[in-house]
Amino acid sequence: MNLEAKALDIRKDIVELIYRAGCGHIGGDLSVTDILVDLYYKQMNVAPDKMDDPNRDRFVLSKGHSVEALYCVLADRGFFDKKELFDTYSQYLSKFIGHPNNKVNGVEMNTGSLGHGLSVAVGMAMAGKMDKRDYRVYAVMGDGEMAEGSNWEAVTAGAHYKLDNLTAFVDRNRLQISGTTEEVMTADEQEERWAAFGWNVISIPGNNIDAIDNAVELAKHTKGKPTVIIANTTKGCGVSFIENKAAWHHKVPTEAEYQQAMKELDERRAQL
Amino acid sequence: MNKIANKQVINDVLLEESAKDKDIIVLCSDSRGSAGMKSFAEERPEQFVEVGIAEQNLVGISAGLASCGKKPFAVSPASFLSTRSMEQAKVDVAYSNTNVKLIGISGGVSYGALGMTHHSATDIATMGSMPNMRVYLPSDRFQTEALVRSLLKDDKPAYIRIGRNAVEDVYEEGNVPFELDKATLVKEGTDVTIIACGELVGDAKAAAEELAGKGISARVLDMYCVKPIDKDAIIQAAKDTKLIVTVEEHTMYGGMGSMVAQITAANAPVKVINLTLPDAPVVTGKSREIFKYYGLDAEGIVKTVTEQL
Ligand SMILES: Cc1ncc(C[n+]2csc(CCOP(=O)(O)OP(=O)(O)O)c2C)c(N)n1
Ligand SMILES: [Mg+2]
Repeated sequence: MNLEAKALDIRKDIVELIYRAGCGHIGGDLSVTDILVDLYYKQMNVAPDKMDDPNRDRFVLSKGHSVEALYCVLADRGFFDKKELFDTYSQYLSKFIGHPNNKVNGVEMNTGSLGHGLSVAVGMAMAGKMDKRDYRVYAVMGDGEMAEGSNWEAVTAGAHYKLDNLTAFVDRNRLQISGTTEEVMTADEQEERWAAFGWNVISIPGNNIDAIDNAVELAKHTKGKPTVIIANTTKGCGVSFIENKAAWHHKVPTEAEYQQAMKELDERRAQL
Repeated sequence: MNKIANKQVINDVLLEESAKDKDIIVLCSDSRGSAGMKSFAEERPEQFVEVGIAEQNLVGISAGLASCGKKPFAVSPASFLSTRSMEQAKVDVAYSNTNVKLIGISGGVSYGALGMTHHSATDIATMGSMPNMRVYLPSDRFQTEALVRSLLKDDKPAYIRIGRNAVEDVYEEGNVPFELDKATLVKEGTDVTIIACGELVGDAKAAAEELAGKGISARVLDMYCVKPIDKDAIIQAAKDTKLIVTVEEHTMYGGMGSMVAQITAANAPVKVINLTLPDAPVVTGKSREIFKYYGLDAEGIVKTVTEQL
């Protein structure tokens, strides 16, 4: 499968979903898309009819506001009806609320309050060790989210228990709601911080699927410690006027902006 | 239709007062936009502290500032403020009795379809259960202003919950009856008393007007002071009217209605019906849709009163 083409198709779905629903977190969705595509179309052992298989890989979207990206991927992989998602997302009485919810097939854990997912992933990885299963556990945090102290409790525990079946991602797009991470609360030296806590650290261009895939492979072959992939991404990646703008954290495109975004994504798709 | 949100009023009052009082400090946790505190942050940079996405640190730092004589206002979504930083609120603010004002924004189910992680339908229970912590849910922009001006005069902990969007005025400009920790009588009545707090006071008022048309005389009490709750007004209502209906944007246990039932049971037993959100995740929808679904809007209140009276 051409994963780059898939990532562009998912980006189009994300823009469509948010435009139709009139709400969503478009910036963080577009920055995390390539990570999700590599995990869900290549790396992870998960399938719609295998969500109660104890050997399946586990995924936790700790930055739960990027739910539109996750739902577009899950819908495309057949975990649920895509039409229902597009028709009802965030609308009255829908089962698809604006954060991951485990009533929805494919979602392991409810998230949305930042700074929870990594601790949960540590628990899942620990259970894998206890039960001698060889599944892997993945979690994605935002860089603004890394200001939550609970993350660093989980980072400490992950290294302490040598959870080499755990791979964490930091979506390092350098933006949060109120501005850049460096203005709001410094997140620099992310690599050094994780390394000091005893993790294997890989820093990559985070919207490059080959780089993501290589890093995930390296993590699988690293023994005795968990791996963190610092994914240096662009918030809003793929749509010129959304890229690198704090205001697009949760802005909704107007009709003209929607048309422009779809056109740009189509053009990029044609150039592949 | 009023377009000024309660949070905007808080920003404006603090902006005005902080020009005279340099000890007033506003703290946010990547929340200044949703808190309506952007202009405060821009105009008072030396009195504004950004802590990033770290609500426990937000409340702990506020308590430290307060212990050194500052007057901190920690402004963050009510959901995270009332649960994530609950222990800081309990130990560093309530137990230590520090002058921290916790402002919970986008409270209740204001965040609508964002779901339970973002709802704060348990904050009266969490914050109200702490000795020393006062809990206020003002109903409209005028009362919000009166409340904040009043709280600026004391040096004790308080939690104030407000909603996300502008709500209809309950009171009139220039005519805002307000006495701290006393319920406001919105409308006199003799058959039933509707006790409401926060944004639902507007619905209680509308319901009372509709009930009047049906020949039912409903008293409406604005119990913005959920803690310390106005016991006297509750006991008086229990004596004067056959039925009390409470209305709140909170789950059914440990909210304002629970307190009313506790007080009437001990002092003046009367039938009390609590209109609340359910003890379950709420349905997906905008806050008005959620109120309607659970019968908390004017129509639902009228229905309950006519059925129960
Ligand atoms: C505990 C908690 N505090 C605050 C929020 C509100 N919030 C949602 S997204 C966000 C910014 C996230 O920034 P970042 O982690 O950098 O994510 P990204 O840039 O990938 O969107 C905030 C503050 C939240 N969801 N949870
Ligand atoms: Mg970010």
